Amino acid sequence: MPLRQKMLRKGNNLYIYDQILLMQKRLVLDQEEIDIILKRFCHQLIENHDDFENTVLLGLQPRGPIFLDKIVEKLQEISGTKVASGYLDATFHRDDFRRRDFPLKANETKINFLIEGKKVILVDDVLYKGRSVRAAMDAMIAFGRPQKVELLVLVDRKLTRDYPIMPDYFGVRVNTLDTQYVMVEWEDKGFEKDAIWITEKVAE
Amino acid sequence: MSQLSTRHLLGIKDLTKEDIQLILTTASNFKEVINRPIKKVPSLRDITIANVFFENSTRTKLSFELAEKRLSADVVNFSSSNSSVKKGESLVDTVNNILSMKVDMVVMRHSSPGAPHFLSRNVKANIVNAGDGTHEHPTQALLDSFSIQEKLGDVAGKKVAIIGDILHSRVALSNIFCLQKLGAEVMVCGPITLLPKYVESLGVKVELDVRKALEWCDVANVLRIQLERQQIKYFPSTREYSLYYGIDKALLDSLNKEIVVMHPGPINRGVELNSDVADSDQSIILNQVENGVAVRMAVLYLLAGAKN
Repeated sequence: MPLRQKMLRKGNNLYIYDQILLMQKRLVLDQEEIDIILKRFCHQLIENHDDFENTVLLGLQPRGPIFLDKIVEKLQEISGTKVASGYLDATFHRDDFRRRDFPLKANETKINFLIEGKKVILVDDVLYKGRSVRAAMDAMIAFGRPQKVELLVLVDRKLTRDYPIMPDYFGVRVNTLDTQYVMVEWEDKGFEKDAIWITEKVAE
Repeated sequence: MSQLSTRHLLGIKDLTKEDIQLILTTASNFKEVINRPIKKVPSLRDITIANVFFENSTRTKLSFELAEKRLSADVVNFSSSNSSVKKGESLVDTVNNILSMKVDMVVMRHSSPGAPHFLSRNVKANIVNAGDGTHEHPTQALLDSFSIQEKLGDVAGKKVAIIGDILHSRVALSNIFCLQKLGAEVMVCGPITLLPKYVESLGVKVELDVRKALEWCDVANVLRIQLERQQIKYFPSTREYSLYYGIDKALLDSLNKEIVVMHPGPINRGVELNSDVADSDQSIILNQVENGVAVRMAVLYLLAGAKN
């Protein structure tokens, strides 16, 4: 089986890139820069949402929750309030069901509150085609009608969008092609350091 | 792996351990979905499913229909009692006629063992077996294992006793396969006339004394006496059966441990199970019914998901 197919099939292409041999990697953000962005996000959120009384954060599975947890932790450190947060899985709402060779494996949805009348901030690491965000908004509605929805991403790949979706908060905006991957590495997930890379997909 | 090794769900016998685990994991995702304020997801939006029931059913049919509707599939129902089957149409003809109306999946219950296997060789749609005679009832076994896993944390290493009419039970056979593949120990218990010959060759323990079976097991799956399938008398009377094999609270309380009681339904209260057991905290019968919808959603989702 060609490598690329294997990667797409697993659905977590960001983490298995190390099977690819001899590939160009370009560093986009290092640990220090990610840390600065994380702090900036927290201050922006505090500015717009004050004490988070009516605001909830939702991390988009599978990789959004990792970043979400960091934001929630940092927010608590800075403002002392614990923001309500949950994980949202949009697998059953995706528009590519039956168009892939395999059904996607679902992840856990963990939302212990209703979002009726709340301000919701969707959190993900990379914004690529905008299709997962569309599916996530669809999935989100099952928990009520939010007052307002915002999107926060660490990396915005601005040239590859399929849907008219723009982030309200972004860490860094990059110009990438469909032939490239954006890889997000977290130290607490077994990588050497927090880092974000751009890399080429292997040709089949 | 996120794909089943098969296009049809005909029986547990054809599934691998990984298949079963994938179904159970997906089912737990769907269990969360059906506990949301809005219980519907759009996954099977463009799929039509025919529920073809040649034999009576309440729970299974309702459960499948709910599962299909919560996945947003279009559903058509068929039951043989008011159909052209009465006029002598054959099984393949009936199903092919349904399929020519562009149906993608068929959920079938039939009184002949092997009917879904026969169908899967002759028609193009995905087939889900919802019970074929005394052979298999795969979704029931999957939901039973799911319920055990939910209650006790894991199926592997658990001791499960299947008690009652093993001879006529498709639930028993599917459960034996499913539990063994997941690493549980299985015992069958019932009057000797209602145990199939050579049942030990499936690798199960055999016990005639219900008290000993209950003392051995962690989970008791109690089956109904299927009078409709019994052409001859296998025991003198239901009263006598209940006396020797009926389970009541006093019997459970006299054991040195607390076991979990299951029943695939419909219960004959006062025959195999007393009301004081069926409605007690030890019984997970209604959880089984709830889990049935989630497990069937998982099966339909996984079977429909692959590009044909």
